[in-house]
Amino acid sequence: MHQLAVEIPYWGQSIFRVLGGLVAVLLPAGGIVYLFLFKMMSFMQSRLGPMEAGPFGSMQLLAEVGKWLQKEDIQPDNADKTIFKMAPVVVLLSTFLLIVVVPFGPDAFFADLDAGVFYFLAVGSVSVLGILMAGWSSANKYSLLGGLRAAGQLIAYELPMVLATLGVVIQAGSMNLNRIVEVQNTGEIFGIGILGNPFILTQGVGFLIFMIAVQAELTQPPFDMPIAESELVSGYMTEYSGFRFLMFFIAEFATAGVFAFIASVLFLGGWGVPFTWFGWENLDDVAWWMNVVGPLIMFTKMMGLVLIIMWVRFSSPRFREDQLQTFAWKFLIPLSLANIAVTAILKVVF
Amino acid sequence: MTAFSLLAQSVSDGNVNVAQNIGFGLIAAVMIFAALCVVTTKNVVHAALWLVIVLGGVAAQYILAAAEFVAVSQVMVYIGAVMVLFLFGIMLTRAQIGAEDGLNNTGWQIGIPVAVVLFGLLAFVVLDAFGDDTLAEAPLTGDNNEATVDIADRVLFQYLAPFFGMTFVLLAAAIGAIVLARKD
Repeated sequence: MHQLAVEIPYWGQSIFRVLGGLVAVLLPAGGIVYLFLFKMMSFMQSRLGPMEAGPFGSMQLLAEVGKWLQKEDIQPDNADKTIFKMAPVVVLLSTFLLIVVVPFGPDAFFADLDAGVFYFLAVGSVSVLGILMAGWSSANKYSLLGGLRAAGQLIAYELPMVLATLGVVIQAGSMNLNRIVEVQNTGEIFGIGILGNPFILTQGVGFLIFMIAVQAELTQPPFDMPIAESELVSGYMTEYSGFRFLMFFIAEFATAGVFAFIASVLFLGGWGVPFTWFGWENLDDVAWWMNVVGPLIMFTKMMGLVLIIMWVRFSSPRFREDQLQTFAWKFLIPLSLANIAVTAILKVVF
Repeated sequence: MTAFSLLAQSVSDGNVNVAQNIGFGLIAAVMIFAALCVVTTKNVVHAALWLVIVLGGVAAQYILAAAEFVAVSQVMVYIGAVMVLFLFGIMLTRAQIGAEDGLNNTGWQIGIPVAVVLFGLLAFVVLDAFGDDTLAEAPLTGDNNEATVDIADRVLFQYLAPFFGMTFVLLAAAIGAIVLARKD
């Protein structure tokens, strides 16, 4: 199909994919924590942030990980020990399952699923199980309340996310994420194909709904009722410390990165550049070096989207629980249904 | 023992993907173990979590059968929605940590013959209908050879009437739930 320089055997590809998956999850997580959580938030609050460890505090992350790893592994006396230990693993696992479907180039994908869009929507809801497990097994009222709030919120915002994605699926005519990238980069708007047709232009409403839903799925401000520190200590994470807390922490920021990857595939043209620039007809025509350039393009787009996510996170006050639910059920869901209807009508007309 | 002879024959023929059979057996064993745990565990939340493993196993079996769309639907509907709702409900009402008494229905033995009869019936129907037929893989007809396109074409064309019927049943159920739950 593509002129790769060498033929890689199946086991080699599998090792590449496992390593690639680890890099694609952990590298963005580290980058996000340092660039945005340590530095951007500090600058927004007129302070410098970590400066001691390494140049501009860039090694601070290693220090933090080291600190968490050597902490005592505390479990509450009354906790359900097995479930307590499994919960962070389930949450982190769902992040790793999410990255499986993201394409980084014409051949640089982990799995090329026909039902790719459907897959990430389904797997994304597995993390709710982990959060409920954590909330219940901690044997702590704050934890249980936080877990229940999180589950209610994630269920409520799952729907607008699904419905916003449907607009993209209708327009692309496919649920395969690589195909969605191809459609965006070969598309035209009113006969002008120089920019392709990134769906943010035609699905702007869907993009906004998707990003709001992502913010809520990440339980970040302004949607951080589940871990509201003024009411619930730290919600479902209250009893966790040491490396179990570290797992929750990594999962939170890695999921932000993965959702930003998915949003850039769905709405920003993914790994591709408009195919007309290099005279490519379709996906099979794309030159092999896009497998190298594609991940870099994806990484840039991901960082841009995470910048917005974090900007909102650091500058918004918290929603009240009833406002949060009303916003999802009475505003976002009707809006996304209208978006689907309009998209479907326009799809038939054009 | 038709099933075992079929299995033995397919292995000796060598035209059946043996790795898939082994995978099926392993996943099935895990599923049966988890299913037994669902009914024997002394804690409601543990039972629900074991059920998650059973339902996840079903999704894994679908993937082995190359039915990727059905597998994803299974995860979406049963793990992502039904089990989360189960756990949510259990934790809102009674969810004590540790062993609990009186979880078992006193007439639980009645379930055994029902399960055996159901298993026998299903096994008979499947073996009677397909026997040792080898099912040909249906050719994909949709755009870009995507199975999802074929599924959509069939559901919205040949099977439109049952599909609509099902949506009405679900709508009625949703409205019914709202009517029952509303106090005013």
